[in-house]
Amino acid sequence: MNSEITLERPEIEPINYLNARHGIASWLLTTDHKRIALLYMISLTLMFFVGGFFAILIRLELLTPQGDLVTADTYNKLFTLHGLVMVFFFLIPSVPTVLGNFILPLMIGAKDLAFPRLNLLSWYLYLLGSAFIIWCLATGGLDTGWTFYAPLSTAFSNTQVIKGITGVFIVGFSSILTGLNFITTIHKLRAPGLTWFRLPLFVWTIYATSMIQVLGTPVLAISLTLIAVERVFRVGIFDPTLGGDPILFQHLFWFYSHPAVYIMILPGMGVVSEVIPTFARRPIFGYNFVAYSTFGIAFFSFLVWGHHMFVAGESMYAAMAFSVLSFAVAVPSAIKVFNWTATLYKGSISYDTPMLYSLGFIGLFTIGGMTGLFIASLGVNVHVHDTYFIIAHFHYIMVGGMVMAYFSGLHYWFPKISGRLYPEGWAKLAALIVFVGFNLTFFPQFVLGYMGMPRRYYAYPPEFQVLNVLSTAGASILGVGYILPLIYMIWAWKFGPKAGNNPWGATGLEWTTPSPPPEFNFDITPVVTEPPYNYPTVDDDE
Amino acid sequence: MQKAEQFPELQYRDLDQQREAAELGMWIFLTTELLLFGGLFISYAVYRHTYPEVFAEASRHLDTVIGTVNTGILIISSLGMALAVYGAQTAKRKRLLFGLIAAIVFGTAFMVLKGIEYYHHYLNAEFPGLRFDYSVPDAKGKQVFFFLYFAMTGLHAIHLTIGIVLVCIILYLAYRRRFSPDYYTPVENAVLYWHFVDIIWIFLFPLLYLIDVHK
Repeated sequence: MNSEITLERPEIEPINYLNARHGIASWLLTTDHKRIALLYMISLTLMFFVGGFFAILIRLELLTPQGDLVTADTYNKLFTLHGLVMVFFFLIPSVPTVLGNFILPLMIGAKDLAFPRLNLLSWYLYLLGSAFIIWCLATGGLDTGWTFYAPLSTAFSNTQVIKGITGVFIVGFSSILTGLNFITTIHKLRAPGLTWFRLPLFVWTIYATSMIQVLGTPVLAISLTLIAVERVFRVGIFDPTLGGDPILFQHLFWFYSHPAVYIMILPGMGVVSEVIPTFARRPIFGYNFVAYSTFGIAFFSFLVWGHHMFVAGESMYAAMAFSVLSFAVAVPSAIKVFNWTATLYKGSISYDTPMLYSLGFIGLFTIGGMTGLFIASLGVNVHVHDTYFIIAHFHYIMVGGMVMAYFSGLHYWFPKISGRLYPEGWAKLAALIVFVGFNLTFFPQFVLGYMGMPRRYYAYPPEFQVLNVLSTAGASILGVGYILPLIYMIWAWKFGPKAGNNPWGATGLEWTTPSPPPEFNFDITPVVTEPPYNYPTVDDDE
Repeated sequence: MQKAEQFPELQYRDLDQQREAAELGMWIFLTTELLLFGGLFISYAVYRHTYPEVFAEASRHLDTVIGTVNTGILIISSLGMALAVYGAQTAKRKRLLFGLIAAIVFGTAFMVLKGIEYYHHYLNAEFPGLRFDYSVPDAKGKQVFFFLYFAMTGLHAIHLTIGIVLVCIILYLAYRRRFSPDYYTPVENAVLYWHFVDIIWIFLFPLLYLIDVHK
């Protein structure tokens, strides 16, 4: 207590969600969606660096043609755990649990999610799942690939398969409960006047993502359960020697895991759909088409899983159908890209950091998507199947697309989350480093794959070395690009200048609250009377 | 029978909105559950197509009498739940309590009979993983059939057990007069869950027990 009497008015921090309650229990037992989002942010960042650590080891091993840094067995574990951690513990939860949790209730004018306690439970399930993965890691790892293909995972692998499966199973339920919470919230807790077609597009994408989570994840859960039962009790459901069919597992696995790709990318598209209008100062071009295409993607996502199995013994006719459907999913994706680009046309564009990441997203996602069409073609697929072409393709979507979008969203909403501004110069530099490092890492892999370098091997013929060295060099640049934001954001959280309510001059209910928002978001429930992205445009008279 | 006035949680405008959200949440959860069983149903379809005769033959090793009785028992238990929610809506306390108790009793009876069935399969060496005779003809297909039988009915039994525990909690709350025609969302949601578990059985019964009984 300060007993001195001062004439100057002391600066009092207004009550917000960060300083309203104190102590460790106020965090660990919180039901505030904003605090849970921060808990997720911290735990996801940890898992991101765990997964990144494996990636660094993989790239270091591939610096030289012969296997020298790690043994072949260790290499198998490295790429398995890299995939597992990155897919299930970072990419799938990233935007929904961090940005979605924080922003979604603010965007729709709600005081919290529909089920706040369930939201906290989801985070604890995420932690428990992560704990199983760390346990699996500490007791010897896992070498089945993140896909757990049977019968390798059930009859042959001598690694910690059950612990890995349990971790993924648990985190799957975290994902389901988050999706359930979001769907209910979007249906029931929208502010008066906030009709479906006045919703920000981020909300649409979170809704579609949640649908996929709710419908897809349980299929993964039951498939993994069957794998665990088959392994523990030595019975046969997938093992051909006992009467099972290993292809069935692949079908079940990809029935979830292909839509999971859209769980990862759709929220990223939502972020970009927010950022582009803000920094182009224009309403989004073709709002309805962007909204509908979100659902188009979600719908088609459930019908394309067979394109992972073109060379796995699927019938010719099934392969043809899956190939055509995989081409079809490009249509709604392209609609989005065209609409974002058209939004920029005649806009007053400012190149702030979120915009840089979003523009990077559009370019890299387009490359990832277009190469996706190559490998959806049956003939080309046979040529590049299980090569680095595939690795490059999905890293362009996952890292070039999704991680860029996540960073775009983090920078865009950082002033709202922390109440502070990050250092713009450093952030732009980091965005540039990430873009350069990313392309240097993964573009050579397209070439490598096309030349025939297979994935999942720890050694390769010497003629591939130049491109591999380029890729490893790119990976180290990319690593710097990821560590920089971690440093300057922690710095800015403490020392950054005050952001004010709406540093970007953006539309949207989340920007009408103070930064950081008060504990219950809105003192008075807002009433919405306008369409979203209602920026004044110069060409209104056209 | 109302004990105290109910207030909505802070994120809701009123109790109606809160109830609608809770029910929507339950329906979404049941969709998830349906897809969870869906993985097993599709596996069943695949293997029945692979081993049609073996499945028909193995199906005859199931106890159709117990299966039929259990189907009846579950339908009666659902009636109990339906009565319970009707009792809660109309403030008929006896009907509410009686319906819940009936559901618990019949649900438990189902589990006991299921346990007897499982035990017989164990004795007959038809329990893959614990005791299974691989020397019989078509052992592979039979093993897959019984694996699916135990996986599907086992997952159903786990759900029913959870349902019974849930209804016990609801019974306790109902006994403490926590529900009223204004507030009976937990009863409603428990009923939804219970009916869902029953419907799963309605599909399991013909798919597993009645493949080939007409011959």
